Amino acid sequence: MTPPTQEDRVPAWRHHAFRIARAATTPLLPEDYVDLFNPLRSRTHLRGRVVALERETSDAMTVLIRPGRTWRDHRPGQYTRIGVDIDGVRMWRAYSITSGPRTDGCISITVKAITGGTVSTHLVRILRPGQVIQMEQADGEFVLPKVLPAKMLLLTGGSGITPVMGILRHAATDLDDVVLLHSAPRPEDVIFADELRDLAAGGHVRLLQRHTDTDGMLNPAELDALVPDWRDRETFACGPAGMLEALEAHWHEAGLVHQLHSERFRPALTEPGEGGTVYFTGLDRELECDGARPILDVAEDEGVIMPSGCRMGICYGCVLPLREGAVRDLRTGEVTTASPGDGVLIQTCISSAAGRCDLDL
Amino acid sequence: MTALQKKEHNPIAHLSDQDIERLGVELDAIRDQVISTRGSSDAAYIRRVIKVQRGLEMGSRAVLLASRWKPAFVVGTVGLSVSKILENMEIGHNVMHGQWDWMRDPKIHSTTWEWDNASPASLWKHSHNELHHTYTNVLGRDNDLGYGIMRVDEDQRWSPFYLGQPVWNFVNACFFEYGIAAYDLEIGKYFKGKKNKEIFQRDLKKVGVKIRQQMTKDYVVHPLLAAPTGSWKQTLLANYLSNLTRNLWTHSVIMCGHFPEGVETFTRKSIDGETRGEWYLRQMLGSANINGSRAMHIATGNLSYQIEHHLFPDLPSNRYQEIAPQIRDIFNRYGLTYTSGSLPRQVGSAWMKVIRLSLPNHLAAKFAPRPRKAAPVPLRFKTAAPKADAA
Repeated sequence: MTPPTQEDRVPAWRHHAFRIARAATTPLLPEDYVDLFNPLRSRTHLRGRVVALERETSDAMTVLIRPGRTWRDHRPGQYTRIGVDIDGVRMWRAYSITSGPRTDGCISITVKAITGGTVSTHLVRILRPGQVIQMEQADGEFVLPKVLPAKMLLLTGGSGITPVMGILRHAATDLDDVVLLHSAPRPEDVIFADELRDLAAGGHVRLLQRHTDTDGMLNPAELDALVPDWRDRETFACGPAGMLEALEAHWHEAGLVHQLHSERFRPALTEPGEGGTVYFTGLDRELECDGARPILDVAEDEGVIMPSGCRMGICYGCVLPLREGAVRDLRTGEVTTASPGDGVLIQTCISSAAGRCDLDL
Repeated sequence: MTALQKKEHNPIAHLSDQDIERLGVELDAIRDQVISTRGSSDAAYIRRVIKVQRGLEMGSRAVLLASRWKPAFVVGTVGLSVSKILENMEIGHNVMHGQWDWMRDPKIHSTTWEWDNASPASLWKHSHNELHHTYTNVLGRDNDLGYGIMRVDEDQRWSPFYLGQPVWNFVNACFFEYGIAAYDLEIGKYFKGKKNKEIFQRDLKKVGVKIRQQMTKDYVVHPLLAAPTGSWKQTLLANYLSNLTRNLWTHSVIMCGHFPEGVETFTRKSIDGETRGEWYLRQMLGSANINGSRAMHIATGNLSYQIEHHLFPDLPSNRYQEIAPQIRDIFNRYGLTYTSGSLPRQVGSAWMKVIRLSLPNHLAAKFAPRPRKAAPVPLRFKTAAPKADAA
């Protein structure tokens, strides 16, 4: 689905006006000047303004955001990537959109502060209304099918409730038979606890809650007792990686993988190691790099044509985007990591692989 | 000056290999200290400078719409000149060095930045970041030593062409941005047949497009916008004067970086197998600072801290001032001369050199300035055996 381009939408006179404005502002764009007054009007960089913050639990916060003018709306269950500047460095994470239907064009995300999670902690503890954040268009396949399933099972753990809440707020009244089995450590940790109880009381969902501090983690084998007809249900699961892996294995065993939709809400974190495989996405080529040599040297030795410059970390002529993985600065030992979509630009002449990494070349 | 390796009194003779390596370790430590404290206040600094510059530019251009009235002409021209200087120096030069890449903001990044200058960012980054900063002051390698049109070192061979170099230098100053574009194109190298023709033509096209865009903006679009008030002539003149002011200013600042008396040059062979410590040492001796006010430092893009900039070209420019005392202390402790002077003195010194070296060496020697006082060598080095010929 490609959005209509500017040229399709705007009348000819405006198109010419843009051209003049561009000629008047080159080498910048007119929007670089508009940014001084209203950063939400940018055509090339989607941003949002924090409208309000609402505490959900002691460590979870709902952030109400007014997206910039190029926002193309979302389908319930999708996520958006949020970028914030922390200690001056822009960091991105994906968060499910939790808001229900709204007429004011705002959306909300609900963030749980994770121990050691730089971005989530920032969003829950530091962010204030009025601040501008970076955003990307909504994305993700964790959405209801066009033809709504007759029977559904929602399996969630911790903040895995967030995309499911986004779905329920839009579609609870249209769905006939929904079982929601939600796990959280303690009752006070349940995000949206009141609203879930209301949904249950209104007969929209059958709510099963599990408190893992006392009851232990959900074992998929228990499903036969908890939701005897789980095999007949279209299942949507979102939660910690361990939980999802167990569920996927269970559904696989039952030969019902096609009925299971799962959403991982925390990317697998790279454990920085010494050296690793570097994958050049454009070349579709893998190289083994040791942890002591610059990626640039290793790649060139293997005949890869790399951009290069001073070879000592000063000229930035060798910079490539790191799509995923971790590299180590050979001068300082500092490790830079990237999650899918980050595209952190790294200097290959002074960076060694610190685990598997994908570089765009 | 003469290449350091050929000098009678080699200013680094008292340093042993271990001393130089220790110096490198000390400088690395300063670098690490800045990197580990780089954060939101630095990010706020560069965003503030960009905001001020863009606001000033918009405001000045708005005022120029009414420039047929003299006060508007004066205010607009001064504002636009300051904005153009800020844009090239404290913002453009430093962003393209990658000083702000750590913020991961694609809008303020060395790979995406384009500046208000005739030379396209990609060409400038190659000739400046890659060649000049790597081969600083190495005779025959660093073309910044005279830009290929001047002789600024006794060890550059004289020819009658150089008799005119005071004139070349002045013309270059007036049209400096085009000088930079021609320099980045490596026109000289091309005509000597040392530059690939396809690459040259590709680059030439880039420069052509860039110059056309710049000219259209300053000399067509903005004057046209001012036409309804009858101010097109004044606006055109204001744009020209702003570009001229910036050319003269940036040319002066850049001359002060490596041309004043006291700055050392190095022979081509001296950098064979150069260690990190030796590279640092070359940057220390090959650059000169300018003393002055905070406003002057910002207007030079902190290139007034040329020594600090050459040691750490990718550290945020707002930090050079902060580390300068530590760098000066290292110079003192290692018995090296920290070359620095006021703006008029350094500009004068650089011009003197350009004029003096337009003559062949035997005539130029008659006008040689008295050498600046060399730094005292600390006692601990006095007993050390002189270093074997560094060349």
